[in-house]
Amino acid sequence: MTDVLLEMRDITKTFPGVKALEDVSIAVRRGAIHAICGENGAGKSTLMKVLSGVYPTGSYTGEIVFDGKPVHFNGIRDSESQGIVIIHQELALVPYLSIAENIFLGNERRGTGGLIDWNRANAEAASLLKSVGLDENPTSPVIQLGVGKQQLVEIAKALSKEVKLLILDEPTAALNDIDSAHLLDLLRRLRDRGITCIMISHKLNEITAIADSTTVIRDGRTVETLEMKSSDSALDAPSQNATQARIIRGMVGRDIDSFYPDRESHAGDEVFRIEDWTAWHPTQDRKVVDGANLNVRAGEVVGIAGLMGAGRTELAMSVFGRSYGRDVSGRIFMHGKEVRARSVAEAIRNGIAYATEDRKRYGLNLIADVCRNISAAALGKLARGGWVNGNEEIKIAEQSRRDMNIKTSNVMATVGTLSGGNQQKVVLSKWLFTDPDVLILDEPTRGIDVGAKYEIYTIINKLVAQGKAVIVISSELPELLGICDRIYTLSAGRITGELPVREATQENLMALMTKEKELAG
Amino acid sequence: MTDTKPPETRESGTAPAVALHTGTSDPRTLIMRNLRQSGIYVAFVVIVGLFAILTDGVSLSPGNITNILLQYSYILVLAIGMVILIIGGHIDLSVGSVVALTGAVSAVLVIQQGMPWWVGVVAAITVGLAVGVWHGFWVAYVGMPAFIVTLAGMLLFRGLTLQVLDNISLSPFPAEYQKIANGFLNGLLGGNGYDAFTLIIGAVAVAGIAVSGWRTRAARVRYEQSVESFPLFVLRILLVGAVIMYFAWQLAHARGLPIVLIILAVLVIAYGMVTRRTVFGRQVYAIGGNLSAAQLSGVKVKSVNFWMFVNMGFLAGVAGVIYSSRSNGAQPAAGNMFELDAIAAAFIGGAAVAGGVGTVVGAMVGGLIMAVMSNGMQLMGIDQSVQSVVKGLVLLLAVAFDIYNKRRVGANR
Repeated sequence: MTDVLLEMRDITKTFPGVKALEDVSIAVRRGAIHAICGENGAGKSTLMKVLSGVYPTGSYTGEIVFDGKPVHFNGIRDSESQGIVIIHQELALVPYLSIAENIFLGNERRGTGGLIDWNRANAEAASLLKSVGLDENPTSPVIQLGVGKQQLVEIAKALSKEVKLLILDEPTAALNDIDSAHLLDLLRRLRDRGITCIMISHKLNEITAIADSTTVIRDGRTVETLEMKSSDSALDAPSQNATQARIIRGMVGRDIDSFYPDRESHAGDEVFRIEDWTAWHPTQDRKVVDGANLNVRAGEVVGIAGLMGAGRTELAMSVFGRSYGRDVSGRIFMHGKEVRARSVAEAIRNGIAYATEDRKRYGLNLIADVCRNISAAALGKLARGGWVNGNEEIKIAEQSRRDMNIKTSNVMATVGTLSGGNQQKVVLSKWLFTDPDVLILDEPTRGIDVGAKYEIYTIINKLVAQGKAVIVISSELPELLGICDRIYTLSAGRITGELPVREATQENLMALMTKEKELAG
Repeated sequence: MTDTKPPETRESGTAPAVALHTGTSDPRTLIMRNLRQSGIYVAFVVIVGLFAILTDGVSLSPGNITNILLQYSYILVLAIGMVILIIGGHIDLSVGSVVALTGAVSAVLVIQQGMPWWVGVVAAITVGLAVGVWHGFWVAYVGMPAFIVTLAGMLLFRGLTLQVLDNISLSPFPAEYQKIANGFLNGLLGGNGYDAFTLIIGAVAVAGIAVSGWRTRAARVRYEQSVESFPLFVLRILLVGAVIMYFAWQLAHARGLPIVLIILAVLVIAYGMVTRRTVFGRQVYAIGGNLSAAQLSGVKVKSVNFWMFVNMGFLAGVAGVIYSSRSNGAQPAAGNMFELDAIAAAFIGGAAVAGGVGTVVGAMVGGLIMAVMSNGMQLMGIDQSVQSVVKGLVLLLAVAFDIYNKRRVGANR
């Protein structure tokens, strides 16, 4: 069992200012299912991009040996020609093309004169579909299939390229339980046919169920590689749990230092509560948020922890004037009284504010100036009879600039020219100007530097000191542990736990965040 | 990714220095910014000068200036509505057909039915509003792209024009109706060989610009905003004043103050204020700048989109009145290609293809650039085909300049 198909040695990849990977090494045995796990941003995707040639040779240091030979890829085509195929979390199928057309896209089956031989293509597609256990007509358009079946089409597409190493990035994140089970089953069968597989996943029960070995990555470094199975018999429950606990420790094991400003917590009366909150995916047939209950009190910072795809943003946005999802149901209470918040305007009027995780796409008008961005969500407060008082607007903006310490020469500067941290302060200013009772901050420190993060935490502390209620959604557990009073965990759209911060540790949060629905169904 | 260093507030420590350096003191940024803002005006002056030389001054003669205004007024009216739509991220391809339809309705009522002139005006504007409601419904509430909706409208309303007119031209309008586009205010206050009233109106306009400019500047100083240096401010006011007074002088020596110019001036001032100073105007920019962000800021996107189209319909109705009055009748083919001139005016005037950027005044200057060029080339007897080529190239280069500019801004981010 020393036949190694892939070995990546001492991979180091640096982005300007950030070391994304540092001396990462990984060895994948031929014919094995190898899992890679780690927190959001640990460097898993970067590693896979190095492997597949998205980051070409020369942009990283280290060595890749595939099938016994050192390889140098300069793009996806290079790695695919060697039999390495990556299937991304966001499926890359063309919705209105047929299954067969998708399978052979860029790799068309040609007949005489360079024309596509559709009979051959459809026949080959049919046999590929059979091998992945998908009973569909190769000529039917992909858009008619559910996500689970689309995933199978992706795998069929990979098989058509004579794949030796199949990489799946979060393959079950968007799937329901039945489809997930089906997919895992397929992966086992592919392994039996000799196809090696790398699977990136957050779902520990899946990993322990299927993987032969697991590499844990944290902060751009390999923590350890675990062998999961001695023989072909599955692990029994206690040792499964032991393994999961060890993976969790590996994923989060790092020190928190005094990086967060101190705050005394004085939680008052309840400000905001949702009951039985449910939202469906806008196009797919699954619940993204499932019966969530949570509350937050005046002067309290409440965290929501969850891995990618757990439904954190979807929960927040569906609450915020139903900006996400369909068939949203549930009740919202402000100060104990039920309110209607069916549009963003209504939500704002009821004192709810939501600062998005993606400020460039959803938070700011980058081509407008600081001043206009700050006033955008409460322009009515500056207007009389529809006329905006421009001078008052500038005054307000100037005040925010001073209070928030927004670094810009003047408030007429275009927001797009500011740094990430200062843009985030503009977003916060905009929402504070609506004078909300509860502020939902989605990844408030994503992509901003250390100094600015500290400033954002200080602003949050100032807000709760004024008696506002704050909800923070974050991928970084140390951040939540550092600034929150109470933390909810979210997994697959459900609230799986609620811990006061003094009882919470990264380990028990991670365990709750990776907890699947009880395996009854 | 998550480096856990001690809370080093490097950025905040240097805040004052940063504030000083990103100020407007850097001459290079100052020039670039000003060029971007005023490039269009510079281009306008150059083009006017060029044609003044090429036509031996004929293009600046009193009669010709009056002519340019009368000939292109309806395009400028359309360009006001068009630039607002473009700022909001939409477009309207149907305005030419709507100009024809509104003029036709007016002609049928006034010429065929013998109703008073004002009934025609009211009817044309009502029809324009109805068209706007129609477009607004499909774009805002059904969620169709404006390009498709108004392309359909272009065919639809051209067809209705033919129906209304029964495929024939109607002419002539009564004198009162003709006066809308061809009339002048002249001799109200006398004058020796020139019209004193026109000069006074010109002087009032200059005074108004100076006072409002001064007040804006004073307010910005009070709120500690950066302003252009005082000599530059005075120079700008003097320059604008000189141009307006020269213009008024020329008009006063021709036939006086065209009524159309008054209509146009009122519209430009009103819409300039609406776009800059009302909640509605701000929301148009917000939607065009980042639709998702606007939505998540509580902007009622559907309603704003709807009213943008209603407004375009209103202005198309006004343009329909002016055009039918100017041509003294209604023709089945009236207004053909007007949409393209109006769109070109907005883009040459600095509106961004992706939305979120543009000004009413810019669109007016853009429209005047087209007008002066067409007029100049006509005076020079240049062939229609060549004129079309030149106009096409100017539009192309104007938008290329905009995209080039934006890339520079992007690179600086």
